[in-house]
Amino acid sequence: MSVAAATPTAAGRTPAARAVLARKILLHVVIVLGALVMFFPFYWTLVTSLSPGSGLSSTPELVPAEPGLDAYFQLFQQVPFARAVGNSLLLAVITTLVQLFTSATAAYAFSRLPFRGRTVVFGVYLATMMIPLQVLVVPLFAELRAFGLVNTYLGALLPTFAAAFGIFLLRQAMNQVPVELDEAAALDGAGHFRIFWTVILPNIRPALATLAVFAFMGSWNSFLWPLVVLRSPELQTLPVALAGLQGQYTTQWDIVMAGSVISILPMLAIYLFAQKYVIQGVANAGLK
Amino acid sequence: MTTFIGEAAAEVVGRSHEIGAAAPPPPRSRRSRRWRYALTVLAFLLPSAVPLVLFVLGPMIAAAWISLTEWNLLAPAKWVGLDNYLELLTDPETGDVFLHTVYYIVGYLPLVYVGGLAIALALNTALRGRTLLRGVYFLPVVTSWIVVALVWRWLLNPSNGVVNTVLGFFGVEGPGWWSDPAWAMPSIILASAWKDLGFVMVILLAGLQAIDPELVDAARVDGAGWWRRLFSITLPLLSPATFFVVVISLINGFQVFDQVYAMTGGGPGGATQVVVQQIYDLTFRYGKAGEASALSWLLFMVILAVTVVQIRGQRKWVNYG
Repeated sequence: MSVAAATPTAAGRTPAARAVLARKILLHVVIVLGALVMFFPFYWTLVTSLSPGSGLSSTPELVPAEPGLDAYFQLFQQVPFARAVGNSLLLAVITTLVQLFTSATAAYAFSRLPFRGRTVVFGVYLATMMIPLQVLVVPLFAELRAFGLVNTYLGALLPTFAAAFGIFLLRQAMNQVPVELDEAAALDGAGHFRIFWTVILPNIRPALATLAVFAFMGSWNSFLWPLVVLRSPELQTLPVALAGLQGQYTTQWDIVMAGSVISILPMLAIYLFAQKYVIQGVANAGLK
Repeated sequence: MTTFIGEAAAEVVGRSHEIGAAAPPPPRSRRSRRWRYALTVLAFLLPSAVPLVLFVLGPMIAAAWISLTEWNLLAPAKWVGLDNYLELLTDPETGDVFLHTVYYIVGYLPLVYVGGLAIALALNTALRGRTLLRGVYFLPVVTSWIVVALVWRWLLNPSNGVVNTVLGFFGVEGPGWWSDPAWAMPSIILASAWKDLGFVMVILLAGLQAIDPELVDAARVDGAGWWRRLFSITLPLLSPATFFVVVISLINGFQVFDQVYAMTGGGPGGATQVVVQQIYDLTFRYGKAGEASALSWLLFMVILAVTVVQIRGQRKWVNYG
């Protein structure tokens, strides 16, 4: 008996050990099943997009017998969809680059350049995170119309140029960079611009990557502001065009799902490539 | 000749240099250095300050002014004082849109919290393929709300959506989901919870990993069962992460819009008309920008009040080790 307890083999496990093992197997089964359920909508989106004509009257098969790309061809023929993809890509890239610049410069000021009233200014910056876009939509629309920027890329871009979230994120990262590095560079005669460029930025690369992913994702997925400011069809972004597709082709689900696949793919690629930075960014947000 | 000019130049340069060096009042150079420093600070701040003032703070104040006018975005605005607010407060529709929004939050928050916690607890144990599983659960987070809404509209399609097809296979007649006033909000809640589950899971997982495992082990040695350990040790230590999830979820929940717009457009029969959908419709369908701005400010006040109450109340239940 005691020998069996000391060297548990498959046959000789104690009931307690067997219960632990059973619970562990059950846990694995449940968590994997859950992951399959979570993943299923993506699979179904892909399958529907590859099952021409599906959704009109029938539910597609779980594994399409005759998969085809008809829905994708129709999508690009019937609506200016390539244009929408291009618009979204252009806006996302510019937003990301500009936000990296405005966030990094502001973060440097809040991390390295003491001045009177800095705490108050930083507080005001943070407070802008609390203001919902919805409150701003009407006056922003009026303002940009007064500037003649409705229905222009610039009109869609300008309000995204500075984001308190990015400033906060980069300031946290800069505060982790030892001041001794600045001082060493200053002794070599470097001014603030050189220290910023050659000392600080190279040391916060992971935070810059996190911000880049979030800025790109925010722009690529944003809906309300592009919907409001880009009214003409050839300027529509991908999410807006997708929402419009639904009205036009209510029952042609294969086309709508093909559009969804195209919208998901770039984010999926970025996510697979930068998963570490995305998850770290979210996890850190919760710890602060 | 050249030497003369050169000498003269050297003399001038030398003298001016001398003057500069000998200039007795140091405040001047200190002042110029201060100016240079101020300019440096400005150079670093302006790229972000200009857009924030022009496109966030300015419009915020403008929204307050617009909310006191009657305006259809075209004709000149007419000052009406607090009429828009009075109208909103007496209109039963205002109560309805807030009620629908609260319905959304009440359905959504427990679902993502309990679901996210369960997955985080499971992934926090020694599990094979943990990174892959975490990646799969997180995937919907990077998808846009519009895609989520469209995909779920298709999954929950009353006639040939996959959910009702599977239910039919088991002999259950599925509901009309988003086409049925009673099921439309649950449909939106389901889709939203699917998208945000991974976000909540990652925050709670980070919180769980910060908990000292010795504390949980000590409770186990003392004979505390799994549920007892969860409620007496894990959850109290997880309260800062829980607090963050609740605050963020409430702020986002009150602003729910994209998925509603794409899934139901506020319908059927206004069953899912939430506050922001109402703001959008008032502005761009009914030409009542003044009333829309007033409703925006009401919404902002509600969000602010709810957030402040939570921050005040956190002392009672949030445990910062």
